[in-house]
Amino acid sequence: MTEISLNILDIAENSTAAGAGLIEILVEIDETENYLRTMIRDNGCGMSEDQLSHVTDPFYTTRTTRKVGLGIPFFKEAAELAGGSFRIESERGKGTTVEAVFEYTNIDRMPLGDISGTIRTLIEGHPDRDFLYTYTHNGCTYTMDTRQMREILGDVPLCEPEVLQYISEYLNENKQETDAAAEKEVLK
Amino acid sequence: MKSLEELKAIRIRMQGQVGLRSEDSTQTRVVVGMATCGIASGARPVLTTLSDAVQSKQLKDVVVTQTGCIGLCQYEPIVEVFEPGKEKITYVHMNPEKALDVVNKHLIGGHPVTAYMLQSSEA
Repeated sequence: MTEISLNILDIAENSTAAGAGLIEILVEIDETENYLRTMIRDNGCGMSEDQLSHVTDPFYTTRTTRKVGLGIPFFKEAAELAGGSFRIESERGKGTTVEAVFEYTNIDRMPLGDISGTIRTLIEGHPDRDFLYTYTHNGCTYTMDTRQMREILGDVPLCEPEVLQYISEYLNENKQETDAAAEKEVLK
Repeated sequence: MKSLEELKAIRIRMQGQVGLRSEDSTQTRVVVGMATCGIASGARPVLTTLSDAVQSKQLKDVVVTQTGCIGLCQYEPIVEVFEPGKEKITYVHMNPEKALDVVNKHLIGGHPVTAYMLQSSEA
């Protein structure tokens, strides 16, 4: 994996496979405190204690097609190599929360990458699920909630190309504005 | 900040148009593998390129979807094309440029791009 946002995409795909109806994705950058925090929280089927204890082992997977499961180990390794930390909590029937924190200026921190592309890809691939995305940079923030969009759209589905185009623009433009405002915060 | 107001305009414009897409029986499905293996080798930009091209070229009979691990991780990013009544075509080691080629030559032109296809001897 070359981007943090690709790891987020991979972990959130697990959430959809776990049958989650709502997936919350949080990206928070704080340059003063020097961290980049990401969290993926779902209300899917969760894991048993036994599964949870093995989940960061690359040679453990619930799949039957092969013997490796690399998504979570990759993410954990990436965070820990960049002076950060990794946490996963899960409860059967309740859901799973994955949190990875990176030291923001660490030389080994991979770039955040195209996070807006990740969110768009998730919505496009799973228009029947809801996503609550929050991006925060130096205290400046914006959110995108598909439940709110669904309410406005009525019977027009989220996966209509025109709607997806709007979602892409919404994500990209609001990120640019949030980052621009965040730069000013740092200079204060 | 881009507002949700525009979404209301889209709804008004789209109303009555939804459901005009063709039935499943005449639909071509383009499927991109989006498991860890696919994502790590570059499936996300391939998927975005495909769906943007299908939209901009107004290909009403084509849907772009995602799937998990196809089981050929070493060939990722993989794109499978299912045309009604035809054998499945599997494209391997894809990138955005190759994806555009597939849209133009295969989905529009009707000729699968042999150079990007998985050869049966390799699998």
